[in-house]
Formats: sequence, structure tokens, C-alpha cells
Amino acid sequence: MSIMNKHGLLERHSLLLTVGILVVVSIGGLIQMAPLAYMDNTIEKVDGMRPYTPLELMGRDIYVREGCYVCHSQMVRPLRDEVERYGHYSLAAESMYDHPFQWGSKRTGPDLARVGGKYSAEWQVDHLKDPRALVPESVMPPYAFLADKKLNFDRIAERLRTERMLGVPYTDEMIENAEGHLYAQADPDEKGYDHLDSLLEQYDGASGREGSVEFRDYDGDPGRVTEMDAIVAYLQMTGTLVDFSTYEADDLSNRR
Amino acid sequence: MTDETKDIDQYSGVETTGHSWDGIKELNNPLPRWWLYVWYMSIAWAIVYMILMPAIPALPGLGTNTKGLRGHSDRAEVAKAVTELKTARDAQSVVLLDAGLETIETDRTLQQFALAMGESAFGDNCATCHGAGGRGAIGYPALADDVWLWDGSLDGIEYTIRHGIRHDTDDGTRFSAMPAFGRDGLLKRSEVDDLAQYVLSLSGRSEDSDAVARAAPIFQQQCSTCHGENGTGDRTQGAPNLTDAEWLYGGRVADIEATIYNARNSHMPAWDDRLDDATIKAIAVYVHSLGGGE
Repeated sequence: MSIMNKHGLLERHSLLLTVGILVVVSIGGLIQMAPLAYMDNTIEKVDGMRPYTPLELMGRDIYVREGCYVCHSQMVRPLRDEVERYGHYSLAAESMYDHPFQWGSKRTGPDLARVGGKYSAEWQVDHLKDPRALVPESVMPPYAFLADKKLNFDRIAERLRTERMLGVPYTDEMIENAEGHLYAQADPDEKGYDHLDSLLEQYDGASGREGSVEFRDYDGDPGRVTEMDAIVAYLQMTGTLVDFSTYEADDLSNRR
Repeated sequence: MTDETKDIDQYSGVETTGHSWDGIKELNNPLPRWWLYVWYMSIAWAIVYMILMPAIPALPGLGTNTKGLRGHSDRAEVAKAVTELKTARDAQSVVLLDAGLETIETDRTLQQFALAMGESAFGDNCATCHGAGGRGAIGYPALADDVWLWDGSLDGIEYTIRHGIRHDTDDGTRFSAMPAFGRDGLLKRSEVDDLAQYVLSLSGRSEDSDAVARAAPIFQQQCSTCHGENGTGDRTQGAPNLTDAEWLYGGRVADIEATIYNARNSHMPAWDDRLDDATIKAIAVYVHSLGGGE
């Protein structure tokens, strides 16, 4: 009983009490967080993940700005029906360059983790402009204004540099050529023509396989780079980066 | 306050905490028994759970985490569930994959199996563009009618699903490209407008016979290679029949002018990598059954 009687000591010294509370509360937090920093299987090894191209990154910013995550998740859960409908369950590695991740928690619309390439880019544009023209029962609001709004990418190099600070492995060359790369993906025939080789070399190189970057005019208006170009470029990329032909789902370290 | 002397409240007979504020003391009632036992049971359950399930992370450098006696893994569970589903379907899937149209149409059970599987897969993957029940939309072909751009046979439909249309990364994709006659300067604006009248006249809808007469030689020169001399189209290259009442991109004068001026070359993704063979075949059977299968 004697140790119980020492309680008075803590109660009479507020600083000691504060330190004591901090120690006790940290235990729970540390046990949850610390292992994530050193455990090998926190993020499984996958082939094919690469940083987002400047155009995709801008598209992702629009995705976040418009609050797409409020109605769309980006997380195929390991459940039979989900895998049947959406494809392979999502891997942690697929969100490793997301700041913040877009897993979401509510599905008013379908999951978008693997929507890339599922429909044609033309469909994405038509559908964003007027969802109910294609899916009459849809409750999604129209985003036609994205096709009219010129994409603002004055600070694209800084944007990439910020991501690098957060741990995304953008190279110096990627940052220097960010604007050229952006044009190369959205307008490969005209303004971006000279940068196309560099775009593919850098990003396919980072991915480790060819064809990881789709480049084309997305919005049907080749002369201008609009927000529609950016968001469709982003959507058409989602879930397509990881090379599942080399991913070993049965490997024990990937079991969880 | 000392251990020896318990301070008992004289009215309730309950021990007090011993603290006194301005003469007021606090009773030290014990915790309710039911609450206490539930709490103990929770602790016991947590320990059992940690033994059974993956739980405790290892210290740095000492591997991953405890796997638990049950060796549970969500990912193993889903792999098992998917395999079970596949096994359940396999008996009929194998028959379906080898079956021709006639076998499927005579074998009631097989047909029902294919249609049920095809309908749900169509709803998940195809209805987004082609509409529920294949009703189609402007720019997205209706599949519930008997107008086919490429091939309306069961094998032809399956091929289209597998390889897509104008899908760059598939070598076997169905491909054709209409030139943008206006935008690329092949024809003058006035010639495009005349041609639109000519195209309308093919289904008896033009009211400008002068324009039709002017455009007749242009049509033969520029359009007939793909769309045929009479404009009845050519399915081997996906050139639509211009004499019927079906207009994929709209049948108004302005729509037809825009089509000739800018060309329309829409894209359907290839599904070979996304869906398994049996599902693709089932979707083909379902689409074939919608009304226009050949």
C-alpha cells in the first residue's frame, strides 16, 4: 500500500503531474506509431510506382479542391465483392506519393482507385461535363466549368519541390522541366513536343516500365491546357501504376 | 491520514477518502460490481485476442509482428473467397467458353448462367457508357438494337470486348480513322455543308436538292471507299450505314456537319486484362441477347 500513498506527491506538484500524464499517454501512441516507422512490411515492395507527373499532380489538386473524396473512395477493400467489381484490392504502396491520401470513407459514387483506363478519356470528359447525359440515375453534379478554366500552373516547380520535401522522389531534372513536362503530356503535338522524350524518360524511368505515362489532349481542345485536361489525366492514371504481374500476393510478407 | 485509521462516515457507514474541504468529506464508494467485472472481462478478452490474432509488433530488427494462433490474414481470406467463387462457376464456365451460339441457345441452364453473369458484369463495367440494358447515348452505341458498327455475331462481340476499339495499347484492337475533312483542310466549309445535305438525302431527309447534286461527286470521291457507294457502310472497317435512322453522334444537320468537319473516332477500352475469359464470354452472350445479335 505504501506506493499508493505516494500519489499525494504527484497531486501536489503540477509539473510532475504533467510529465506523468505525458508519459502514460505516449505509451499508447508510441506502440501504435513507432512500429510503422521501422517495420519492413508497413509498405510492401511493388514495382511500377512512380511520382505523379506535373499534369497528374495538378489534376489531383483539382480532385481534392472539388471534394471528389466526399462521395468517392479510393480504396478497394480486400473483400470478394469489391475485388469482383473493382479489381485487385488497394495496396498501401499505391498511396505512398499521396499527400494526403484519398482513401475516403463514403461511397455515394463508385470507388475510383482503379478507374484509370476503365473508360475512355472522352467518356470521362463527357461525364464530368454532364453526368446525367450518360448515366440518367446519377446524382453527381456537373463539372462542365473545368473545361473552360485554364489550368493555373505558374508554380508547378515549387509544387513539385514541396512534394519532394514530403518524401516524393522527384529528381532535379523533373523539377526543372516541370512546366515542359506538363505541356508534353497535355499537348504533345505542339507546345510540349520538345519535352515529350524527357517526360517519358524521367517518369517511365522512375516507374521502371514503359507506357506508364499517357500523353494526349484530353478535353478535345488541343490549343489550351484546361483543368479538365489535368483531372482526366489524373483519373486515367489512378490504379494503373503498380505492375501486378510482378506482385506476389501470396508472399508471407504481403499477408495481412 | 494514515493506513490504520479508516474514516467512516457516521450517517452512511461508508468509508471516506479522508480528504476534507471546509469540513466536507467525500465518500469512497466502491465501483459498481457489474461495471468492474465487464472491465476485467474486456482485459481478459484483449489478451485472448492478442494470442489468437496478429497483434504485437516486433522490436526493430526482429521481424514483423506476431501472427497469432489463428494466422488470420484478410488478404488470404479474400483470395480464398475469390477462388471459391471461381470454383463454383468453373463447371459451367468451362462449358460456356467452348460453347457456340447454338449450344448456348438450346441449353437452358447454360444460357441462364451466361445471362446472369453477363448482366451483372455488364452493369459493373459496360453500362456506364452503353447505358443500362445497352440503351446507348449520344456518342456511345446502343447495343439493344440490330445496328452494328463492326460485328454483331457472338464471336465478333466477344472480339470487340476483348480488344476494344481504337485502343492504342492493344495490337488486335478494331481500328479505323475517319479524316477530319474540315479541320485538316481536305474540304472547304461549303463542301462540308453540301456533303451534310447529301448524307441527309441518303435517308430521304434533305430539302436542298442543289447541295445534294453538288456533293454527289465529292461523296463518291471522299466517302464511298469506307461508307460505300450507296452510303450503306462497311462493317469490316466500322464505317456506319448512313442510310438508316440511327445516328451515333446525332442526326441533326449541325451534328452531321460537325462530324464531317472534325471527324469522330471514339474509343472503347480493351477488357482482356481486366476481366477473365468466362466473364467476357458471358457479357458477349448478354449483349448478343439484347435484341440485335446475329
